[in-house]
Amino acid sequence: MPDMSESESSAAPSGALSRDDVAHVAKLALLDLSDAEIDRFTGQLGAVLESAAKLAALDLGDLAPTHHPFGLTNVTRPDEIVPSLDRDIVLAQAPDIEDNRFKTPPALGEDS
Amino acid sequence: MSEQTANTTPGAVAADLPEGWEIVIGLEVHVELNTATKLFCGCPNSFGDEPNTNVCPTCLGLPGSLPVLNDRAVESAMRLGRALNCDVNSSVFSRKNYFYPDQPKDYQVSQYDLPTNTEGHITLADGTRIGIERAHIEEDAGKLNHGGGDGRIHGADYSMADYNRAGVPLVEIVSHPELRSAADARAYVSELRSIVTAVDVSDAKMEEGSMRVDANVSVRPIGSDELRTRCEVKNINSLRSLERAINFEARRHVDLYDNGERPKQETRHWDEEAGRSRSGRSKEDAEDYRYFPEPDLVPLVVTDDDITRLDASLPTMPSARRAQLGEKSGASNDDINLLIERGQDGFALETIDAGADAKRVVVHLINNLSEGHGQLTAASFAAMIRMETGGDLSSTQAKEVLAEMVASGGDPAAIASAKGFEAMDGGELESILDGIIAENPDEWQRFCDGDDKEKKKMQGMFTGQIMKATKGQADGAAVAKLLAQKSAS
Amino acid sequence: MTESFQTPSATSIAAGVRDGSQSAADVIDAAIGAVEAREGELNAYNLVLADDARTAAAAIDQKIAAGETVGPLAGVPVAIKDNMCTTGVATTCSSKILEGWVPPYSATVVERLAAAGAVMVGKTNLDEFAMGSSTENSAFGPSKNPHDITKVPGGSSGGSAATVGAGAVPVSLGSDTGGSIRQPASLCGVVGVKPTYGMVSRYGLIAFASSLDQIGPFTTTVADAALVLEVIGGHDPRDSTSIPEPMPNLTEALGKGVDGLRIGIISELSGDPSLGSVEGIAPDVAARAAAAAAALEAAGASIEHVSIPSSVHGLPAYYLIAPAEASSNLARYDGVRYGLRSDGPNALAMNAASRTEGFGEEVKRRIMLGTYALTSGYYDAYYGQAQKVRTLMIDEFNAHYQNFDLLLSPTSPTTAFELDAKTADPMTMYVNDVCTIPSNLTGQPAMSVPFGVGDDGMPVGVQVLAPMMGEATMFRAAAVLEEAARV
Repeated sequence: MPDMSESESSAAPSGALSRDDVAHVAKLALLDLSDAEIDRFTGQLGAVLESAAKLAALDLGDLAPTHHPFGLTNVTRPDEIVPSLDRDIVLAQAPDIEDNRFKTPPALGEDS
Repeated sequence: MSEQTANTTPGAVAADLPEGWEIVIGLEVHVELNTATKLFCGCPNSFGDEPNTNVCPTCLGLPGSLPVLNDRAVESAMRLGRALNCDVNSSVFSRKNYFYPDQPKDYQVSQYDLPTNTEGHITLADGTRIGIERAHIEEDAGKLNHGGGDGRIHGADYSMADYNRAGVPLVEIVSHPELRSAADARAYVSELRSIVTAVDVSDAKMEEGSMRVDANVSVRPIGSDELRTRCEVKNINSLRSLERAINFEARRHVDLYDNGERPKQETRHWDEEAGRSRSGRSKEDAEDYRYFPEPDLVPLVVTDDDITRLDASLPTMPSARRAQLGEKSGASNDDINLLIERGQDGFALETIDAGADAKRVVVHLINNLSEGHGQLTAASFAAMIRMETGGDLSSTQAKEVLAEMVASGGDPAAIASAKGFEAMDGGELESILDGIIAENPDEWQRFCDGDDKEKKKMQGMFTGQIMKATKGQADGAAVAKLLAQKSAS
Repeated sequence: MTESFQTPSATSIAAGVRDGSQSAADVIDAAIGAVEAREGELNAYNLVLADDARTAAAAIDQKIAAGETVGPLAGVPVAIKDNMCTTGVATTCSSKILEGWVPPYSATVVERLAAAGAVMVGKTNLDEFAMGSSTENSAFGPSKNPHDITKVPGGSSGGSAATVGAGAVPVSLGSDTGGSIRQPASLCGVVGVKPTYGMVSRYGLIAFASSLDQIGPFTTTVADAALVLEVIGGHDPRDSTSIPEPMPNLTEALGKGVDGLRIGIISELSGDPSLGSVEGIAPDVAARAAAAAAALEAAGASIEHVSIPSSVHGLPAYYLIAPAEASSNLARYDGVRYGLRSDGPNALAMNAASRTEGFGEEVKRRIMLGTYALTSGYYDAYYGQAQKVRTLMIDEFNAHYQNFDLLLSPTSPTTAFELDAKTADPMTMYVNDVCTIPSNLTGQPAMSVPFGVGDDGMPVGVQVLAPMMGEATMFRAAAVLEEAARV
């Protein structure tokens, strides 16, 4: 169930990007960054976000966001079967397989 | 089947909460839509095929692939929305970003702040109304198996992904936390299942996973309106599990509070065998899903005309059918629910309207027509019941005639006659009874003068003798009437 | 600098092959020879498909011999940016993380080119996942500018621009998310088109930023660009964002001139501080844009300066939107189903290890930036606000298109720069896109047309911008500029 409260904050970003912020984001982005990389990114991302802060200061009132420039709506396809891929071709690309499945190191967490 | 009727609870664990506590339950139910193809590609939406055979670039999340929305999935979701009394809105798909090896794109396409269906409700059989917050469209994930270790997820050496299920269309129905008991939760799911099958958007089988229920459970002191820390219980595979899991979880919370502790917000897994839930991923270091509008899809716009068309396409809902049948048949809730679940309520009404005794209609449907009514028509069914209630057929004969009609159709009178089921006239029956009384004078005296218990016992004895003498062709009601008349005279 | 071979135009090759005056086999042989002659110094290709190309050419010649019809690009050698899927041919995005991946399907554009008779000669180098403006962010080393190999070809479609700029092939495809076709076209002296968003199918284009990405051609002539765009454009039901309208006829528009057209020079991108221009636009480049305006005026267009204040917001908005979408689009490179896998004790650790090893620094930087921009609590201030800025820009540009048929600006703020000159500071690299980004955010078409050289003798391109689906008018101006530049 999505938690709507998450993105309701509309406060302008405050304060500089911290090293901890960068480390947290790296975790979300699934990147193992070295201390040196975290330091470097903290500075570089901070510079980009500083220029982005100018946007945050713009009063755009009730302008709707644009997610798609052409404004198409209701694009669908008929519920008709299209042939699937040949399994051998699909699995040939896999780093590892077992039992015609994609094999990975153990997934932690919940059963699906 | 009895496991799926709303008000029967075999094997349920009693709530057994200490006085002063109540359970607060919200349910998240995922229903797999019965479309021919997946939500965003033309691969078959099919259960039980060889692993990784129903996959293509899109549902495997191959680089460069794009989604295109299945029109029937949208139609089904909106129909279900209206059947759940929801507002059906223009909507936008969003990406929910997280990693799990069953998720081919490492994001799930779902709906977030602009879902298709919002604010509806389900009315339970007892009249309780449970609010529905939303019913949104999303794609399913693939299926993981675990290898090595004991084959379960904990201690597995490796995992294996099959993406046949990835991209199958789902509707997630999220209730408000308005359920107050495990039995109500069960009734809610049962009712939801009836609605889903009535609008024919899913086969909704919990055992096969085409309907999956997660329960958000918390407890609070009665009288309080606070919402305390809840746990989301997953891996619930039957209605019985649902009740057991909720009651276990509620009790666990109360015990924690009683010990001065408090539950932590987390996902827990129900272990049906052990009869307990186990801790899963803690939500304290919850993922940040970074929802944003899916740029590869465009918005869905719904017009008033669409709503009118959807509403016109809906069949009569189970609650209305229940009310109608209850009014006309006077049958018990359990029986009515069973008929609705089997889809026999319409046939029952038709037969009653054709002039058949309502009680007999229900009895025959429940006991003798559980496999469906085959060649039997409502008119011939009604005619057969009229013969039975008019004394032309005994209940044993009626059952036999009915079986024949289900198998091959035909007219009940003709079938009865072909079978040699001639109705016995009253005089013939009386003379047989007189003969039996003559052979059993003491017993007859006990029948006439005995207390209720004795009377009942003797009535059974005489009825049995008459049936034996008539080879079962006597009508039970006529026999009872005759016995009563004769003993009173 | 060897200029021994200069490819004929696609239009003339196709005409010759169709009328039998030359064979596709000879055309392809010459192109492969030219590609291979320059490849050692240019590094324009990740893969040259000499054998496949010769087989395809022979098949076209056989068709012609058998009297069968062949398409409008019969026998035309084309190079494909290596972020477009090609069945059975490795597709890498110049990233280690996709090393060895062989797609089981082809992009719509690749299918349409083949159906038109074009022959794919290779997959071209790019900035990893199209993130960059110099093609230096490639796992396979930088491509070089064909006019001076100490300089960059621009990016991200640097390989595609370089091979056409070298005259080896007449046509290549690139993708443009923030200028990745137009900027390298400008730096390599070729024509480069970013079509209206939705005109060309993105099916099979490996996504960088889905709401901005568009495929378009590099060509040596404006007429070839029109021809190729007519072949690859048009509705595709496999892309939900594809515009369900017929393609405008572009080749027909070419000769119509600009007489009576109203063309605005965007003040903020003019290089003239007195007009409120952004900094960093080199005077020699600004001078070429002014000369282009004069040429259009001489051909009968009316020219006026026009202020579009929101155009300066393009750069910061872009550097939130594009990384945000990219952070999600690139999440799938997790080591589970294809591509690089590094060791890890569990699936999550394996995923992180694979990404850490497989992605280059710029890709990591943008994933970080985009992840941050979508993080709860910052979404509205960053991503949400940037999408509103997009609306503001669309509204402003559309308002000006009430009064102007076309707009004009430089394509790139400078001519080609030295290799390694801008790799140390990402912000100086990002500024390269200042003139090109607005069209990606608005979805409107724009193209770069070569218009002389700068003080360093390197090519300069000018950018023609048009309203949605305004390609036909855009090509009229481009043809006039091409003619004027020749004189």
